[in-house]
Amino acid sequence: MNTLHAEWIKLRSLRSTWYTVACLFVFGLGITALSMSGAGTEYRGGTDADRAAWDPTSQSLKTFIVAQLIVGVLGILVVTSEFATGLMQTTLAATPRRNRLLAAKAIVATAVAAVAGQALMFIAFFIGQALLAGQDVPYARLGDTGVLKAVVGGGLYLSAIALLAVGLGAILRATAGALATLVGIVFLVPALSGLFPDWMQGIFDFWPTLGAAAIFGTLPDENFPHPWLNLGGLWLGVAVVLTAAFVVFRRRDV
Amino acid sequence: MTTIEVRGLTKRYGSDVVVDDLSFSVAPGQVTGFLGPNGAGKSTTMKMIIGLAAPTHGIVTVGGRRYQDLPVPLTEVGALLDASAVHGARTAYDHLLALAVSNGLPRRRVDEVLARTGLEGVAGKRAGGFSLGMRQRLGIAATLLGDPRALIFDEPVNGLDPEGIRWIRDFMRSLAAEGRAVLVSSHLMSEMAQTADHLVVIGRGRLIADMGMADLMHANGDGTVLVRTGEPFAHHLTAAGGTVRDGLEGALVVSGLSSTEIGKLAAYHGVPLSELTPQRVSLEDAFIELTRESVEYQGAAA
Repeated sequence: MNTLHAEWIKLRSLRSTWYTVACLFVFGLGITALSMSGAGTEYRGGTDADRAAWDPTSQSLKTFIVAQLIVGVLGILVVTSEFATGLMQTTLAATPRRNRLLAAKAIVATAVAAVAGQALMFIAFFIGQALLAGQDVPYARLGDTGVLKAVVGGGLYLSAIALLAVGLGAILRATAGALATLVGIVFLVPALSGLFPDWMQGIFDFWPTLGAAAIFGTLPDENFPHPWLNLGGLWLGVAVVLTAAFVVFRRRDV
Repeated sequence: MTTIEVRGLTKRYGSDVVVDDLSFSVAPGQVTGFLGPNGAGKSTTMKMIIGLAAPTHGIVTVGGRRYQDLPVPLTEVGALLDASAVHGARTAYDHLLALAVSNGLPRRRVDEVLARTGLEGVAGKRAGGFSLGMRQRLGIAATLLGDPRALIFDEPVNGLDPEGIRWIRDFMRSLAAEGRAVLVSSHLMSEMAQTADHLVVIGRGRLIADMGMADLMHANGDGTVLVRTGEPFAHHLTAAGGTVRDGLEGALVVSGLSSTEIGKLAAYHGVPLSELTPQRVSLEDAFIELTRESVEYQGAAA
C-alpha cells in the first residue's frame, strides 16, 4: 500500500501528468467534435448500404485512435522518466522489492488511464450524439442495444493500452524507444496488416486498432461476433508483455 | 549497531572484472573513506551494497541482512549515489514525500530533514532549478528521511564550491559522531584526509588497503628529508647509505637517512646547511604509491 501511495504522489506531483490528461481531453474531444459535425452530410449523401451500416456510437468513439496514443504516453512516462533522470536508483534504494514497485506503477498508471479514458469515452459519446441530433440524422442513446458495451468497453480498451505502455517502458527503459514501439503496435502494424502472412491474421483479431477495436461497434459484425472476446484477447496479450517486463525489470542492474 | 559487511564481492561485466573479490566492513561511529582512482569500482561496489546491481559472486549485508530483505530500508541505510537523480519537474517537498511514504515514514520527517539540510525555503520549488550544491543537500535530505544507522555517499563533494565542501565534510563528521556508520567515496586523498577515520583503498576492483588513517601514514615509510646547501653534499649522503634526488630550487630530497643523521654527516664534513627539514609523507603520495603498486600488480598478472 505504501508503495502504491508513493507512486500516486509521484504521478500527481508532476505537471506533465496533468498536461497529458488535458491533451487527452482536448484532442480526444476535439476530434470527436470535428468528425461528428460533418457526419450528417455523409449520412445523407450515402447509399442504402451505407445507411444500414450507420453506427453513430462507433463514429463518436473513433477518437480512441488518438486517445490510445496519449494514454500510452502516460503509461510509458511512469517508468521511463525515472530511468531518464536516474531517479530509478533512488526509488529502488527505497523500495528494493522490484516486483512490488513495478506493480504499483502499473496499477497507478492504469487506474488514471481507466478513469480518464472512461470519462473521455462517455463525454465523446454524448457530444457526438448531440452533434448528430443537431444535424437531424439517426443518433444513439446510452440505453440502445450495445451502446453501453461500446462506451464501457472503450474505457477498458484504453486502460489495456496504458498497461501495455507501462510494460514497454519497463522493457525498453527509454521514452523514445518505448513510444516508437507503441506507435508501431497501434498504427503501423494495423496499417500494414494486409501484408502479413495468414497465420498472423489470427493474432490481429486481438490486436489494438484491429480486432480488439471491435468493442466500439454496436452493429452485429460477422467477423467479430463476440467483441468482448477480442478485447479479452488484447488484455491477455498485454499480460504477456507485462510478464516479460516484470522478468527483465527484476533482473537488470540499474 | 548497523555494520555494512562486504564479503568476497565480485562483479563482472562480460570479461571485465570491475570488482574483484572485495571484502571490508564499515563500522558504526566513524567515517570510512572509500578511496580509489576513477574507474576503480567504487560506485559499482556501492550499487551492490544497496541492491541496484547484482554481484556476480559474494555477499553484502547490512546489519546482518541482505539489503533486499530489509523490511524498511530507509531506516537502515540512507544512500546518495547521484545527486542529479531527481525528477527536475517535481518539487523538493514532493520528491521527499514520495520517498517517505514509500517506507511508511510520517510526513513530519520531510519537514525535519528539510530543516536539517537548510532547504526549508525552497521546499516548494522544483528540483530542476536547483544548483548542484542544493541538489546535493536534497539528496542528503533524502538519505536522512528514515533516520538510518548507516549512510553511503558516492563522491559527495564533486563539483561543489568550498563552502559546500565544508558543509558536507562537517555533516559527515556529525553523522559519524551520532554513532552512524558512514561510507564516503572519493578519488581525492586530500578530501579523505580531512573527513575519514578509516580508509578502504581499492584499485582496479581489488582491495589495496583497509586501515586507520593514522596507520596509513606510518605504513608508508619514514618520509624524506629536505636538505638545502650551497656546497656539494649529495655524494656524502649517498656514501652514507641515503638515496638522493633533486628537489625544487637546488634542494636535495633524501630518503633512507634521518634528519639527525644528515645533520651529523654535514657537521663531520663541514658542510654548511641552509635547510634541513623532515618531510611528512603526504596522504596524496601514500595513495599514489598504493595504487601504483596495484596497477603494476595487475599488469604483471595479465
